[in-house]
Amino acid sequence: MSAPPLQPQEELPTARHPFAEAWEMFRRNHAAMVALVVLTLIVLTAIFGPYIYKTDPFDMVWAPFSPPGVDGFLLGTDYLGRDLLAALIHGARVSILIGLAAALMSVFIGVTVGALAGFYRGWVEEVLMRVTEFFQVLPTLLFSMVIVALFGASLPMITFAIGIVSWTAVARITRSEFLRIRELEYVTASRASGAKNGTLMFKIILPNALPPIIVQAALMVGSAILFEAGLSFLGLTDPNVVSWGQVIGSNRQYILDASYTVTIPGIAIFITVLAISLVGDGLNDALNPKLRQR
Amino acid sequence: MRILYAAILLLAVLVLNFSMMHLAPGDVADTISQSMGGADQELLDQIRADYGLDQPFLVQLGRYIGNVLQFDLGFSFFYNKPVTELILQRLPATLLLVFVAQILALFIGVILGVISARKPNGIASHFVTILALFGYSAPVFWTGILLLIGFSLKIQIFPVAGMRDVTIEGGFWIHFMDIARHMVLPVITLGSIFLALYSRLSRATMMEVLGSDYVRTAKAKGLSEREVVYKHALKNSLSPVITLAGLQFSAVISGAVLVEAVFSWPGLGTLAFQSIIARDTPTILGILFFSALVVIVGNLLTDLALRLVDPRVRSKG
Amino acid sequence: MTAPLLKVENLRIELTTRDGVAPVIDDLSFELGAGESISFVGESGCGKSMTALGIMGLLPDKIGRIASGSIAFEGEELSTASEKRLREIRGNDISMIFQEPMTSLNPVYTVGEQIAEVLRAHQGLSKSAAWASAVELLDAVRIPNAQRRVSDYPFQMSGGQRQRVMIAIALACEPKILIADEPTTALDVTVQAQIFDLLNDLKRQTGTAIIMITHDMGAVAEMAQRMIVMYAGRNAEQGPVDQIIDRPRHPYTKGLISCVPHIMATLTDERHELTEVAGIVPSLREFGKNQCLFASRCAMVTQECLDNRPPEIEFEAGQKSACWHAGTV
Repeated sequence: MSAPPLQPQEELPTARHPFAEAWEMFRRNHAAMVALVVLTLIVLTAIFGPYIYKTDPFDMVWAPFSPPGVDGFLLGTDYLGRDLLAALIHGARVSILIGLAAALMSVFIGVTVGALAGFYRGWVEEVLMRVTEFFQVLPTLLFSMVIVALFGASLPMITFAIGIVSWTAVARITRSEFLRIRELEYVTASRASGAKNGTLMFKIILPNALPPIIVQAALMVGSAILFEAGLSFLGLTDPNVVSWGQVIGSNRQYILDASYTVTIPGIAIFITVLAISLVGDGLNDALNPKLRQR
Repeated sequence: MRILYAAILLLAVLVLNFSMMHLAPGDVADTISQSMGGADQELLDQIRADYGLDQPFLVQLGRYIGNVLQFDLGFSFFYNKPVTELILQRLPATLLLVFVAQILALFIGVILGVISARKPNGIASHFVTILALFGYSAPVFWTGILLLIGFSLKIQIFPVAGMRDVTIEGGFWIHFMDIARHMVLPVITLGSIFLALYSRLSRATMMEVLGSDYVRTAKAKGLSEREVVYKHALKNSLSPVITLAGLQFSAVISGAVLVEAVFSWPGLGTLAFQSIIARDTPTILGILFFSALVVIVGNLLTDLALRLVDPRVRSKG
Repeated sequence: MTAPLLKVENLRIELTTRDGVAPVIDDLSFELGAGESISFVGESGCGKSMTALGIMGLLPDKIGRIASGSIAFEGEELSTASEKRLREIRGNDISMIFQEPMTSLNPVYTVGEQIAEVLRAHQGLSKSAAWASAVELLDAVRIPNAQRRVSDYPFQMSGGQRQRVMIAIALACEPKILIADEPTTALDVTVQAQIFDLLNDLKRQTGTAIIMITHDMGAVAEMAQRMIVMYAGRNAEQGPVDQIIDRPRHPYTKGLISCVPHIMATLTDERHELTEVAGIVPSLREFGKNQCLFASRCAMVTQECLDNRPPEIEFEAGQKSACWHAGTV
């Protein structure tokens, strides 16, 4: 008479590559999958659209305020008779380019500041966090407006102006992740086995801190696009390049005659940012190990 | 202690302001000469000497800070007025917009959060989810224009622009109602973004709090549902939302700049917009300084509010 | 014969989980007389706390429900009582203290307010009268300097003090039954003893019946006259504490007792090795099967244990054991 063998409580999932696992989780989020498809289409339009739809968005091609679908212009013309569809396609480039570049910049600054503060603690942390607080006190849009107004509205300057005001959230997240991870056993073990600070910070801690940073970075792209739209709506944009916000800004006096000149570019911004934020949500579900175990 | 720290932050804003002005191409002399229709090198040098622009950077900085301490933010050649006076004229309109939008967003956000936390699959909860997506993704100026098209142009309920109707005469209440009518659309536009944020966070914290041990204790005491939710749970769910609201002050002001531009609201945002077009540097920097001041004051108010709801914060002093 | 204070009959509580519906309490019956104390013992996850929440009418919304059976308090059926009636009883006739003193008090109200509000709710005391009573109650649970500490917030108190406050809240309305759900688990050993002393003294003074839920056999010996050993939602064994410790009739009880050295052995005795009950509690999916749920961990297991749920076998003085081998344990 022997005890029956212990039944395993649950089948253990076979170990897989973490990316495969994250992708699996991501695919289960239908909204995020749809958003990813939409986003891919938008990016493809931004890259290849101008080669296929060759109308110059600055050319006056037809009578002003020709409504969408009439006279062969799918989205109509604006107050100067410029093709709105051309503006949208060319504008996508600027929006996405600036969105990506500014987000990249703010992630770079944010991760550097957050990592140094969270890793070294002490006065380094004190100083860096004060600097972070200082940047949180400056109203972001006003500060960027000032930078662009004083130093010129070129695309690199606009990118810089957005990036320099948007990094504080990344810095805070990175710091708190570093504070948490630096106390974990494997970090202590690496430290004990003589790993250098640089190795510890970037090879050991940073990869483990990445998931929330990646999610935040995705959301940053969305808010940078909104930010750029706001600036160009106010006219703070490179006058030689068309962008979505600028189309809205320049047409807004005429909303009584032709509201579509404002609504349509707005929808473009809205859908792009919405898609990014849904993908961000999906990434959050996919990368957040706590959620994954539910 | 807090106030000292706030003062240091403001000082830092001034240093940043001045450095940017210093670094930017063109100076006051150029502006003046432009407004005079050009000047030769001798006159330019004369002006620079008059304004102390030939002095070393630190001396100029010191004088700038000294001036600001005497409420002198420089002179706007565009408006032909001292910057401080210009800003103080416009500040109340912005404060009104910012604080009303913040407070309404907080208040309604918390209520929505409570309702949707109690019924996670109810209408309110779905509304919060949709609002959160919309509030994050829709450009605020676009939302504003859509509301303008809808409720001022198509259906003419609310005024198109401005803060008051100058033709209206009457007592305090008439003016009050007039401003209130002008405020509806701008406040909705600005408030909706933050309403989205606060209601989502409020729902999340409220759900967590409703599952907490002390709420179970409150139920075990035999208290009514109302007391359990509105006395025991609500007060605990407030701190994170208030903290978030405090962090949003700078974002609210940024949003206000755009909303003011859409509705021609006569506040700092419109002033900033106009002075940027006019390249009126002293005014722009003055606005940056004042808006930082508003954020700092907002943060101090947040701290006070936190102390009211959470005794743990209170005891830390 | 008058009805007992609390009579639970054939109680079945079901929890809805991802894997379906599980009976976390399966056919539980017991009685509690006025002023008596009874202990529920078992490992975590065996349904002890669910019994308590079931009696209080505080099963988690939508997830837990009383599927069948009855809970009668002074002859009044609680399982079908209205929410309003349950609220009148809770905190007034039946009150409860919880396992986690650190999180069971509301952090943003003073302890005085948290004691006073239950008096206002049930006894209609005025604000000042309730506050004065709160001071007296704090004093009664032996918090020094009660007059001043009554305005403290929970975070200004230690775990032991907080649990005393919880006890003060629970006893404020002089309830007929106090349910104590692992009241000392989260506390230091010395504080545990103080809390037990306090509960015993208060019980003597007020005549409150106590339902003590614990996994600690030591606590049982200290606190209760009768005990119920629970396993996987079922009653494994019940009866007088001394008799069961002396002569357990269920292999699980036996295992639990042998975990605690000081009940069995005096210091001079040879130290036995601390044995644990080997194996783990079955998952919720196993609950409700028609077999002995302890079988997978039992050294005495036979085919019968796997085929049929054991019936309760009665011994002298009301000791009952649900084991096919109760006679030979």
